[in-house]
Amino acid sequence: MSREKTDFWVGLFVLLGAAAVVFLALKAGNLSSFSFGATYSLSANFDNIGGLKVRAPVKSAGVTIGRVAGISFDDKTFQAVVRLDIEQGYDFPTDSSAKILTSGLLGEQYIGIEPGGEDKNFAQGDKIRYTQSAVVLENLISQFLYGMADKQGSSQQPAQDAPGQ
Amino acid sequence: MTGIVRNIGSLGAAVRGRVSALGFFTRFLGRLLGASGIALSRPRLVSQQVHFIGNYSLLIVAVSGMFVGFVLGLQGYYTLNRYGSEDALGLLVALSLTRELGPVVTALLFAGRAGTSLTAEIGLMKAGEQLAAMEVMAVDPLRRVLVPRFWGGVIAMPILAAVFSMVGILGGYLVGVRLIGVDSGSFWSQMQAGVDVWNDVFNGIVKSVVFGVAVTLIALYEGWQAKPTPEGVARATTRTVVAGSLSVLGLDFLLTALMFGN
Repeated sequence: MSREKTDFWVGLFVLLGAAAVVFLALKAGNLSSFSFGATYSLSANFDNIGGLKVRAPVKSAGVTIGRVAGISFDDKTFQAVVRLDIEQGYDFPTDSSAKILTSGLLGEQYIGIEPGGEDKNFAQGDKIRYTQSAVVLENLISQFLYGMADKQGSSQQPAQDAPGQ
Repeated sequence: MTGIVRNIGSLGAAVRGRVSALGFFTRFLGRLLGASGIALSRPRLVSQQVHFIGNYSLLIVAVSGMFVGFVLGLQGYYTLNRYGSEDALGLLVALSLTRELGPVVTALLFAGRAGTSLTAEIGLMKAGEQLAAMEVMAVDPLRRVLVPRFWGGVIAMPILAAVFSMVGILGGYLVGVRLIGVDSGSFWSQMQAGVDVWNDVFNGIVKSVVFGVAVTLIALYEGWQAKPTPEGVARATTRTVVAGSLSVLGLDFLLTALMFGN
C-alpha cells in the first residue's frame, strides 16, 4: 500500500478514536453538564445532608443553577457545611432558604433553593441562614410509628380503664 | 538424601529462573523506552505499525463491541425489569462498558489479534536471522523493529477500547430502546447523570493504556526471546496469548481496586 494511503487510514483511525472519546465524554458522560461559566460560592449548614454528594445539582424551581462544590463537617456546631457554586447571573435574596430534596422516590439528592423576599442579594462567600435537612427514611418511619402508637394508646385508654372500674 | 537435595535444587532453579526472567523483562522495557527516540525522529515507522495493529483490529473490535452491547442491553433489561427500574438500562450499559468491559475485552481481543502477530513476526525474523543480519549492518533491531511496534500498540489500544465502548453503547441503545422499547430520553439522561467523565471515562482510558503497554510488551518480549525454530515460535505465540490475557485480567483487578476501591 502506498504511503499516502497508509497515512490516510491511520489518520482516519485516530480520528475515529477521538470521536469515540468525545462521544463517551459528551453523550455517555456528564461533560456536557459541566458549566465553564463564572460562578460565585455560597455556603449552608445542614443538620443532616443524607446522601448528598459533591457535584450534585443545585436547583431552583427545578432548573439547575449550580453545583455542590464541597462538603465538610464542622465540629463546633456538629453540622455539615456544604459549599455551593452558583452560576453568575442568578441572584437570590439574602433570606432565601436551601433544602435537601430527592428527585423521585429513590433518585439522587439535590439542593433546592427557595427565593425569599429581601431586597439585598447574596454575594460571593455568603451563608444561607435558613436550611432544611434531608429527610432520613428511618427517622420518618420511626416518627410515623411512634405517632401511630401514641394515637392508639390514647384512643385505647378509656376502653382499657372501663373494666377496671 | 540426594533426592531431597535435588528437589531443593530444582525449587531454587525455578525461583531463580522466574526472578531472572522478571529482571530481563524489566530491562527489556527499559531498553525499549531508552531507544524510543526513533519513534519521534521517524514517526512514519510508528504510523505504519498503528495501521497494521490498529486498523486491521478495528473490525473485530467493533463487531465484538456491538454484540457485547446487544447482550448487555438484553440481559440488563431482563434483570432491571424485575425491579421495575429498566430506566437505568443506559446507565448499566455505559458504566459496565466504560469501566470494565471496554478496556478488558478489547485487551483480550488485542492480545489474540495483534499480540500473536507481533510475536510470530518477530520470532520468524529471529528464526530467519533477519535480526542478526540487521545487527551485522550496524542497525539495532531493538530500535528499528521493536520500538515502532511497541509504540504502535500503545497508541492503538486506547483508541480501540474507546471505539469498543462507543459501539457497545450504541448496541445497547439499539436493543434496549429500538427493540425492547425502553424510553429513549431516560436511557440517555440516566446515563449522563450517572457516568462521570473523570471517574469512569478517563479511568477507563487509563486502564486501556496500561493494558496496551502490558500486552504489547509481552508480545514483543516473547517474540524476542523465542527459540529460533518453528516450534519455538509456536510456543512463544501461545505464551503471548496466555500471559497477555492473564496479566490483563490481573492488572484489571488491581486497577479497579485502586480506582474504584473507595
